[in-house]
Amino acid sequence: MRRWWSTFFVGGVIAYRGLFNWIRPAMYIPTMLGSPLFQLIFFTKLGQYAQAESRDFYIVGNSVQVCAMSSVYGMTMAVANERWFGTLGPLLASPANRAAVFLGRGVPVLANGILVSAFTFGAGALLLGFRPGLGTLPALAAVVVVTVASCTAFGMLLGSIGLRAKDFFFAANLAYFLMLLFCGVNIPLADLPGWMGAVGRCLPLTHGIAAAREVAAGATLGHVSGLVLTEAGIALAYAAAGLLLFRILERESRRSAVLDAY
Amino acid sequence: MSALRIVWSGFRTNLKMLGTSSFFLLTSTVQPVIFATVAFYMFRSGGRSGTLLYAALGAGMMGVWSTTLFGSGGMIQWQRWQGTLEIGVASPPSLALVYLPFSLANAFTGMYALAATLVWGRLVFGVPLHFVHPWLFLLALPATVVSLGLMGLVLASTFVLYRYANAMSNLLEYPVWIASGLIFSTSILPGWTRPVSWVLPPYWGILALRHAALGGGVWGPLAAVLGLGLASIVVSFFTFRWFEHLSRARATLALT
Repeated sequence: MRRWWSTFFVGGVIAYRGLFNWIRPAMYIPTMLGSPLFQLIFFTKLGQYAQAESRDFYIVGNSVQVCAMSSVYGMTMAVANERWFGTLGPLLASPANRAAVFLGRGVPVLANGILVSAFTFGAGALLLGFRPGLGTLPALAAVVVVTVASCTAFGMLLGSIGLRAKDFFFAANLAYFLMLLFCGVNIPLADLPGWMGAVGRCLPLTHGIAAAREVAAGATLGHVSGLVLTEAGIALAYAAAGLLLFRILERESRRSAVLDAY
Repeated sequence: MSALRIVWSGFRTNLKMLGTSSFFLLTSTVQPVIFATVAFYMFRSGGRSGTLLYAALGAGMMGVWSTTLFGSGGMIQWQRWQGTLEIGVASPPSLALVYLPFSLANAFTGMYALAATLVWGRLVFGVPLHFVHPWLFLLALPATVVSLGLMGLVLASTFVLYRYANAMSNLLEYPVWIASGLIFSTSILPGWTRPVSWVLPPYWGILALRHAALGGGVWGPLAAVLGLGLASIVVSFFTFRWFEHLSRARATLALT
């Protein structure tokens, strides 16, 4: 059991340091902090110009959604880069527990996603006048943690696909942009066609963003427990699907001898 | 004649390379369509009426900028990874001339974005494509695209020196969308941002396109976008020479 936790934590951190391309400050600051900051300003100003929703609607939506910068891209890199860097073969030849190897990679990604979201919320408060009550902050933090976990689990699934697919960055980019459209980040789900709303409800972020908006407006954690539990359920479903796909693709890649082929 | 041949063959080569890149397909068609859809829904649910063509043009121009930006950073970074950057530097023509056709091809690919958002807007959202000055629109479009390509050339010159070009590309996408007022008026931005907007070709480019489509003076913004394009050529020839010299002196040309 001790070995399992060691693989989970130490392996996860080492893999993150080795495989996350944007870890250097020269890459990290512009990409993981600069881009979310300007995304926040862009959509808040666009909403103001379109006279659609309130300012806080866009600040909360985008501050939560930008965790996908870490969760989707970070998690995709942390899994799929094994093949790109030629280390997938040795990794899969090791007897390490696959669940520990796979799920452990999510821990640094989760921490980074929380940091990116917290930074963007801070920027919203500093630059755009976002003022949630101080009493709402613990509940808001709890909602953000669950939502980032859910988004990280979604990233695990995408990363697993990257074990086999040639252009995994295409899928990661596409997923990031589609989240802006489907997850109620900038458009209320009620304004979208029914099928888009239904797709959005199956994705991470959607319920978390809705809960975060209610909490920022003064609701307690108890009031939004349904939304938070749904988001947590979505996280578990995506993590399980990601792990299952990882195992299937590992077996198939061994069988067809395409482990390091791309 | 030789310069024209370099421009033509470089333009063709880069166009072929971009045509096989799924990332460029995403940046030049899928991403603008997603942003256009978000903007359509936001405008539709908001208090502003008659702004869907405005949104389609803006989202298309956002795609033109993204393609230019990622293309400019990507072409230097990609050549660095492939080990061909030094060959470009060592060749007899100036580096700016070597990369000019690449930048123009990037911006040309960006035109797919405008076409995609206008067609998407018409088919899915019923956006009326009635342009007030259609001929001026056809004049303003290539002028804007070429000018953006030339601005991309200036950016590309900095990427010769700066190893993390893709980080700069990631950073500069939204700020230029914001400062150029591509999809909302710059009047809602703080006053100190105006001078920044005035030196950006996309600011004048979207004004020229918007006025040609929706009504308003086209010649003034058109002259400004062409003037900034010419200024970009001059600046890029100097910056390419300077940054090339610096990267050779510091021996950082091939460092990834």
